Amino acid sequence: MKDWLNQYLPNVMDNLDDIWESTYETIYMVFMTSVFSAIFGVALGVILVATDKGGVLANKWVYGILEKIVNFFRSVPFIILIALVVPVTRLITGTSIGMNAAIVPLVIGIVPFYARQIQNALLEVDPGVIEATQAMGSSPIEIIFRVYLKEGLTGIIRASSVTVINLIGLTTMAGAIGSGGLGSLAINKGYNRFQLDITFVATALILLLVFVCQFVGDYFTRKSAH
Amino acid sequence: MISLSRINVTFHIGSRTVDAARDIDLEVDEGDVFGIVGYSGAGKSTLVRVMNLLQRPTSGEVIVNGQNLMALRPRELRAARKKIGMIFQHFNLMTSRTVYDNVLYPLKSARIPKKDKDRKVRELLELVGLSDKLGAYPSQLSGGQKQRVAIARALANDPHILLCDEATSALDPKTTLSILDLLRDLNRKLGLTIVIITHEMQVVKEICSKVAVMEEGRIVEQGDIVSIFSDPQQPLTRDFIHTATHFGQTVEKIMSHPSLARIGEQDLLCKISFVGERTGEAVISDLASRFGISANILFGNVEILRQTPVGSLIVVLSGGRVELEKALAYLHSLDVDVERMPAPSTFAQSGGERIG
Repeated sequence: MKDWLNQYLPNVMDNLDDIWESTYETIYMVFMTSVFSAIFGVALGVILVATDKGGVLANKWVYGILEKIVNFFRSVPFIILIALVVPVTRLITGTSIGMNAAIVPLVIGIVPFYARQIQNALLEVDPGVIEATQAMGSSPIEIIFRVYLKEGLTGIIRASSVTVINLIGLTTMAGAIGSGGLGSLAINKGYNRFQLDITFVATALILLLVFVCQFVGDYFTRKSAH
Repeated sequence: MISLSRINVTFHIGSRTVDAARDIDLEVDEGDVFGIVGYSGAGKSTLVRVMNLLQRPTSGEVIVNGQNLMALRPRELRAARKKIGMIFQHFNLMTSRTVYDNVLYPLKSARIPKKDKDRKVRELLELVGLSDKLGAYPSQLSGGQKQRVAIARALANDPHILLCDEATSALDPKTTLSILDLLRDLNRKLGLTIVIITHEMQVVKEICSKVAVMEEGRIVEQGDIVSIFSDPQQPLTRDFIHTATHFGQTVEKIMSHPSLARIGEQDLLCKISFVGERTGEAVISDLASRFGISANILFGNVEILRQTPVGSLIVVLSGGRVELEKALAYLHSLDVDVERMPAPSTFAQSGGERIG
């Protein structure tokens, strides 16, 4: 086995420590970004639904402004966004390079996407149910927490797993500001040094992460649906 | 109990304006089962939503339980809504909650001990006959059961009023009757005032004490059920009643088959309507014994509305001209309504078949 690996994946075997570290870095970035994005993304998605026309807290101005911001950040290509938000990154983390610094553009890049997904998931909640709860005298806050977020849970879980999978893709680009991770491993060690086997293994590990997320997402989606 | 005055509701859809309610005045008294009928698009659903201000009228006044709803602050309005139950055509249950939790939902913010809430939920589900379905999810229930859960949920805060928006329209006829039975029970046992929106006159006939007929955002006719059914003033009202009693269909059938009618030159085809204790049979035999007039009954129908029989007969009266005149005067003196009907040939024409 070891001989076989040494023969076919020589560079991988020489750089095993780097590969494990890169994997850890990717998982770290995905995890930390997910935690922050979950908070901001769900909040933003909920505010979009609530302030939309006919929503429980309909407000033309709030909705209009938030919508434009979301659309703007969704339109900027991520690799450019990383450079664009450097001042903010420096303000928050004190540095503009490295794994922690990458989390800032990752959050800014993924939150608008996630918020839209959440918005769509919540819009799938039967408007009749919302009307019924209004007729029962529920307040907007009660409707958001007890109806939208509960009735929309299946959609929220589905949106979350799609978003995390997207996020794994974005982390590979964060290598541009020295974040490390499997993306920069594949480019810096694999591509630039003509070590194709490293690129190959980095790809396989990313795919594995994606499959795990997909599986976990599907499991909870099924579990939450009645 | 509910008093609407000069209600107007105008929607702006693009450049078009739609008047869903025009100058509506409506009184629903305590203990009434009030039906509002109309075809789809007549504005019934808008009107019922005005009663709990889910739809804020463009102008007018809404007084419910003695409160002017339009003048309330949001918090006060929510408190008022807890005393106005509502059920819907598509039930609108929360699919992620069990039957028990659906009924518990409206009690969540109530400041009463948990134990009392639990007891209340169980009582309500007992009341609607679903004690064995506490842990079921709505997707596991039939339409009738879902509506029962919705009714239990609507009653959780002990409302004085229950608004029903096409509550039986998605149910089959048998289930519809069982839901109407339940509503009637609630009306009697709890003294619940019920407003029913429907396009089915059958529903009104079954349960309502008063009815209003709507068309294009207006109430064209309203009154107590017996007088509306026995003496409808508007063509639309007649339409609805005829659909409910199958009267119109039957008349058309008779008229398009002249062999059924066999109407002679001297004969009189007419519709005789009566209300209350006076039955058709007695009238017909009277005509024969007093005036020597034979009456061929082509169609008869009796409805019992709130314990009052309301009937109509289509008969061919034959006899001498003088006797016929006398007979009609006699019927008139008995307060029996006689309406002459056009000869079959005119019907046949409209039906596309000409009789020689």
